[in-house]
Amino acid sequence: MDYSDYPVKGKYGRYGGSFVPETLVAALSELEMAYARLRGDKEFQQRLSVYLSTFAGRPTPLYYAENLSQKLGGARIYLKREDLAHGGAHKINNTLGQALLAKHMGKTRVIAETGAGQHGVAAAIACAALGLRCEVYMGTEDVERQKLNVFRMELLNATVHPVELGSKTLKDAINEALRDWTANVHTTYYLIGSVVGPHPYPMIVRDFQSVIGREIREQMTRQVGRLPDALVACVGGGSNAIGTFYPFLDDDVAMHGVEAAGAGLATAKHAASLCAGSEGVFHGMLTYLLQDTDGQVQATHSISAGLDYPGVGPEHAFLKHEKRVLFSAVTDTEALEAFLELSRTEGILPALESAHAVAHAVELAPTLDQDDVIVVTLSGRGDKDVDVVGRYVGANI
Amino acid sequence: MSAIAATFRELRRKNEGALIAYVMAGDPAPKHTVKIVDALVAGGADIVELGIPFSDPIADGPTLQRAAVRALEAGTTPRKVFDVARAVKSAHDVPLVVMTYYNIVHQMGVEAFCSAAEQSGVNGVIAPDLPVEEAALYKEAATRYGLDTIFLAAPSTSEARLEKLLNASSGFLYLVSANGVTGARETVQDESIAFIKQTASIIRGRAPLAVGFGLSQPSHVRQVIDNGANAAIVGSRFAEIVEQNLDDSDKMLKMLRQCAHALKRSTRLSGAMEVTD
Ligand SMILES: Cc1ncc(COP(=O)(O)O)c(C=O)c1O
Repeated sequence: MDYSDYPVKGKYGRYGGSFVPETLVAALSELEMAYARLRGDKEFQQRLSVYLSTFAGRPTPLYYAENLSQKLGGARIYLKREDLAHGGAHKINNTLGQALLAKHMGKTRVIAETGAGQHGVAAAIACAALGLRCEVYMGTEDVERQKLNVFRMELLNATVHPVELGSKTLKDAINEALRDWTANVHTTYYLIGSVVGPHPYPMIVRDFQSVIGREIREQMTRQVGRLPDALVACVGGGSNAIGTFYPFLDDDVAMHGVEAAGAGLATAKHAASLCAGSEGVFHGMLTYLLQDTDGQVQATHSISAGLDYPGVGPEHAFLKHEKRVLFSAVTDTEALEAFLELSRTEGILPALESAHAVAHAVELAPTLDQDDVIVVTLSGRGDKDVDVVGRYVGANI
Repeated sequence: MSAIAATFRELRRKNEGALIAYVMAGDPAPKHTVKIVDALVAGGADIVELGIPFSDPIADGPTLQRAAVRALEAGTTPRKVFDVARAVKSAHDVPLVVMTYYNIVHQMGVEAFCSAAEQSGVNGVIAPDLPVEEAALYKEAATRYGLDTIFLAAPSTSEARLEKLLNASSGFLYLVSANGVTGARETVQDESIAFIKQTASIIRGRAPLAVGFGLSQPSHVRQVIDNGANAAIVGSRFAEIVEQNLDDSDKMLKMLRQCAHALKRSTRLSGAMEVTD
């Protein structure tokens, strides 16, 4: 069986599944059936594709980062410019797809979770465009740290619900969104932000994000005349990474997923569930997660809020297990240095999440041949992160 | 026959429903839990559920979330909860069920978890986020250790699925009274009553039906028992009493006993016309 044939019965090998309270079982199967119908529906796909092109600005460019490549003196580095998509990140690919799905299912109310606010903003954008009511759960820690994104969501007509419980961050926002959904399954669509959660979410989000990899395929063929040798993407929940990888899973293309090593994997302050976590059941899925020996889920740390999550999508757990994708982790400092490097050499401020992928590519390129091509997915733009970077370089902003 | 089944049989003989009391073990600290269970049993609880706290309890409302946070902050671990279970069992022969999220079981290992449960005198297990489709190994191990496996059914559960849940369940079937998470509610909704009646007519006595989520008052207990449930499960109401009396353990225990007593009384009046208290 090919890697692209998964999930099978909701599972990626042994990972994934649907570990949810009984109340959600019927809602998830309703979602699965609705999606199965629309996945092959020409009209639905056509509508989505019009939104993606005329509203979200797709296709995003594939850019040859010549300056950086020559400086490193190894493989040629191409950047998949998701930072140029509407909203400034790949998140819009998923939120438009799911919001359209919600509408087809006759749901009028959409809920979402957000950590830093990137997915919340993208969900608010898609809901505003499609005329859906949008409510976003966000931990109070994050509300405090990301006031600007809270205001952005409000400008976009979304309601933000602060979550006071637990660690008051992304994982608690997901918990609260799941609870809301449990109470309001009939009217409400839960628009999850990454390839995580119970089946069919990891599959649905992957399919919507796979537009990234499909475009890379076309663009590589047109611009370079062949497929890339290696793909590099950062992994928080794993959506931009699987979106990049999925259309190439059955080809001879190396793949590198890059997690957040925070202050270092030897410390407790990181978010590298695949590199340093263990198997467990969390947010409805069997996957890798950061937990203590009793199974309590741990607090995480990364300089990039979008990677600050203790779990990871189950398909990545599977691809790690199969050794199809190589996973490594990049520290806060390495990501910050890569941010500075790309800004100076290429004139592109990458999101700090994406800077993790860039940091890995900077290591990888010199080890490869000059004829080789690496495609790095630049999942988002870095304007949101300039204050953090400012603090790092000691600038007075 | 399991201890839980025997309890239901005995209660049926007396024409009573069961009061199942849920307690978050370790809230506010492990040393309190045995006394809390004493109070609830003295008040009339027929079966006790001990919750093992988990960091991310997605089926629980704010009251039990806070209870879990207090328990975790007090250093409550699964092993300590089994110690508490052993202490409870040495004082009472009340049937004991542990309820926890599946990651706790997974992390200890299904075999080790079931073995520890059996050794501490536990009679049954509930894992609200373990769907029946994933439960084969768990069910097999639990059965081997003589533990009842209790599954949950919800208003959205189809009739075909209800049969699956019934087949996988032993001890009793747990009916989630309404869509949503745990937490005391003001009233029992009409839809909940309809759900209980309908399920009772499908199950036809093949397993005891215990209704939980949202029940907090004697009138709620009476309503569900009168409409075909064999047991009422109350949890958040007790956790509220614990939370409101953290500084006064005597008052906490007294109120818990009184609360359990009032709830239990309502299980004895099934079928009778009555005035609510
Ligand atoms: C720009 C950007 N990249 C990456 C991520 C990580 O998410 P994922 O791993 O699902 O792509 C986020 C999440 O917020 C993000 O905003």
